[in-house]
Amino acid sequence: MNDLWPQLEPLLAKVQKPARYIGLEEGSIRPEHGPGKVSWLLIYPDTYEVGLPNQGLQILYEILNERADAVAERTYAPWVDLEALLRARGLPLFSVDTHRPAGQFDLLAFNLSAELVYTNVLNCIDLAGVPVRVADRRPEHPLVIAGGHCTYNPEPLADFLDAVVLGDGEEVVGEITELVGEWKASGRTEGSREQLLRELSKVPGVYVPSMYEVSYAGRELVAVTPRYPDVPERVEKRTIADLADWPYPKRQLVPLTEVVHDRLNVEVFRGCTRGCRFCQAGMITRPVRERPAAQVRRMIADGLRRTGYDEVALTSLSTADYSGIEDLVRDVIDDAPGGQPVSVSLPSLRVDAFTVGVASEIQRSKRTGLTFAPEAGTWRLRQVINKLIREEDLYAAVESAYSQGWRRVKLYFLTGLPTETDVDTLGIAELARNVVRIGRTYSKQASATVSVGGFVPKPFTPFQWFGQNTVAELQRKIGLLRDATRRDRGVQLKWHDPKASLIEGLASRGDRRLGPVIEEVWRKGGTFQEWSERFNHDLWVETMAAHGLDIDWYVHRHRDEHEVLPWEHLSAGLHRDFLWQDWRDALAEQGLPDCRWTPCYDCGACTGYSIEHIVASAVPPAGGSQGTWQDLDSGGEVPVTLLSGRASGVGGR
Amino acid sequence: MRIRLRYSKLGKIRFTSHRDVARIWERTVRRAALPVARTEGFASRPRMHFGLALSTGYESTAEYLDLDLAEPDAASVDLTLLAEQLTDLLPAGLSVDAVGQLSPGAVSLQQAVTSCTWRLELPGMTAAQARGEVQRLLAAPSLVVTRERKGQPVTDDLRPALLGLSVEVGPQGLTVLEAELATQPRGVRPAELMALFDPPCPDPIELGGRVCRTHQWIGDDGARREPLTASDATSPAHAEVRAS
Repeated sequence: MNDLWPQLEPLLAKVQKPARYIGLEEGSIRPEHGPGKVSWLLIYPDTYEVGLPNQGLQILYEILNERADAVAERTYAPWVDLEALLRARGLPLFSVDTHRPAGQFDLLAFNLSAELVYTNVLNCIDLAGVPVRVADRRPEHPLVIAGGHCTYNPEPLADFLDAVVLGDGEEVVGEITELVGEWKASGRTEGSREQLLRELSKVPGVYVPSMYEVSYAGRELVAVTPRYPDVPERVEKRTIADLADWPYPKRQLVPLTEVVHDRLNVEVFRGCTRGCRFCQAGMITRPVRERPAAQVRRMIADGLRRTGYDEVALTSLSTADYSGIEDLVRDVIDDAPGGQPVSVSLPSLRVDAFTVGVASEIQRSKRTGLTFAPEAGTWRLRQVINKLIREEDLYAAVESAYSQGWRRVKLYFLTGLPTETDVDTLGIAELARNVVRIGRTYSKQASATVSVGGFVPKPFTPFQWFGQNTVAELQRKIGLLRDATRRDRGVQLKWHDPKASLIEGLASRGDRRLGPVIEEVWRKGGTFQEWSERFNHDLWVETMAAHGLDIDWYVHRHRDEHEVLPWEHLSAGLHRDFLWQDWRDALAEQGLPDCRWTPCYDCGACTGYSIEHIVASAVPPAGGSQGTWQDLDSGGEVPVTLLSGRASGVGGR
Repeated sequence: MRIRLRYSKLGKIRFTSHRDVARIWERTVRRAALPVARTEGFASRPRMHFGLALSTGYESTAEYLDLDLAEPDAASVDLTLLAEQLTDLLPAGLSVDAVGQLSPGAVSLQQAVTSCTWRLELPGMTAAQARGEVQRLLAAPSLVVTRERKGQPVTDDLRPALLGLSVEVGPQGLTVLEAELATQPRGVRPAELMALFDPPCPDPIELGGRVCRTHQWIGDDGARREPLTASDATSPAHAEVRAS
């Protein structure tokens, strides 16, 4: 029984948004399975609406299906209504492409983009009919693996994942396919699973948690060491050298029902060297690899024609930094098929690179939403976090936007950053007020939406040693901002739930001892934790206590230089010394320029892997203050409170 | 120039919503490079006019869509090729069965259509049971139902909307109810019809039965005709496409 569709049909008549489960998207593939083919089920452990647009999953879907020795299908976490019906009828998780039972695939491959989906990962494994724990799996069970940004600290999921991929997946999925193919051909005999895992652990970029022993001294982590001599002591990430070699997705999926980011998405570069110290994505995806402009144009023109979309997003971690962005936006609009209006959105904009030129090019067709991310309210704190944009840059950018007809801009900030004082927090309100004031000179309706997120320190960033702010402290800061903006009619304040930030922080820097906690929260029904209506803070707190684990110790504690971190045996290419020095520079309020346009400071990401930045322009975008050696030397003294000892409670000084 | 398309929605794609299908059509006409006229104003949209919504989960062989083509480019569109061209671009399960040009001043689909014929598979019910229910409903002088609307109870007599009910035995011995139900002034949906059974039946699609709209009708002084008649249609191919 390979097609569950007849049994699913009556269930889909009873659930919300059944179109999530039918497949049939333009670009979807119904592959031919066979004994000589390794079958991958690519799983995004959140709803279809959130998961479908994921570019990483779509890239691997195409690359695997192009191989003669592999097939790949997709699935997403079924919403709770369908899950209940599936469980009541004893039906398993299924692929959306051919409605094949998940347990019949050779690999279940998860995309881990956010910590709060971890319980959904367990739920999907269980719904597939596979034991959730690695130790309980047998040769007949699929291999359970994961990739994505959260895999840079996979330790909280170590009990549940057979293998984890660090870094770019384009090449390594082929190497995994070959090893799994041999395993399949050998008949998956008793004991072969352990042998396969051992072989996988030798593939660069692949981490097999069960091949490592963790030792503790009391609460402290002492070491994570390989169990066997042929297992590497440190697992390095994978990096593709040149994005131009990987023009994927070639056939972006066009969903039949509404999803987030429902538009053509074309990745214009990968990696970022702006060096924002809070930003894990920028640290772990180095170096910068730009896609050639001609290829971007071709992918967009083909994509619009093929999909029928009238909107394209140029995606990257900081799209305005793309060499020749103005020309590219103009070309894209000029190329539009049949002269139909096409809107261009630049999802990650740095204010210092957003000029009137870019603004006027974008607004030639439909105006898309504009989001700027100053991240912190004062220049001092922006030096700490190395988001080196001046107030003048922000004001110039919003002036560009309002003068070109925009009525509303979104501003994104973090609170709970290292060394943050109430002056910095209130600086957010001040910036927002000034932004609206500028807008009002162009339109009476001008407004700004201010989104504030609680800062969660992430592995492989200079802030990995920082003790996260408590829920109470984050709530206090949000309260300050609410009071400060209450009377500003043009400023709308939104914030992320500090309690959710707490649990994200727990998973972000947790170790293997969190595995049983995640399992128990899942068993008690704690799925879809990233959905505010399903998030259950108390369940996490109670479960931590029941397992004798201290949330304060995991989340709110500053780490010192010599502490062994749970991800010490993994590598994103960044030298530990570089990160520590950058942390000290942060506390000294010392900025660090972008190495795309200034000499190398040897973070390790290029030199370690013998690769380089690929950028078309050797000069930084106009209008910016970063990379131009402006006033970056006005650092102060390192506040010792953050560096020594075990400061308890809130961060800041 | 306004044209009318008749299309089918069959198979897996029946689980998309009316809004989903509208978006699919917007992308499809762009891919076909059809010169669809656009609305005025800042948020300009293609001038497309959808007929009565089809509930998520129901199939149809009688959906309609009107498109305004922009002059002068409209003249370049070959209506005889359009059905095939659009069907090739549509996802599996959606297919265009006929295309016709509308006379100027044609009434909109939503206003013009007065009734629909439905084909309902009734798993778990014998033909005899269904015939008994049909006779009871047709013999009833009135069928009053009460529902809540904006917090107020509203009573309606559904009997006038039941224009025709008949039962047959379909393939594999399945009981099939054919129902012509009015859409105005007070329309009746297939699920409401099933709730009139004694005991009330759930929507057949929840039991694994299919519900399919087979016709939409424009009542015209006692006579009735379909929104796109064979003489209007330039491509009368009614392919029985069944989605995978």
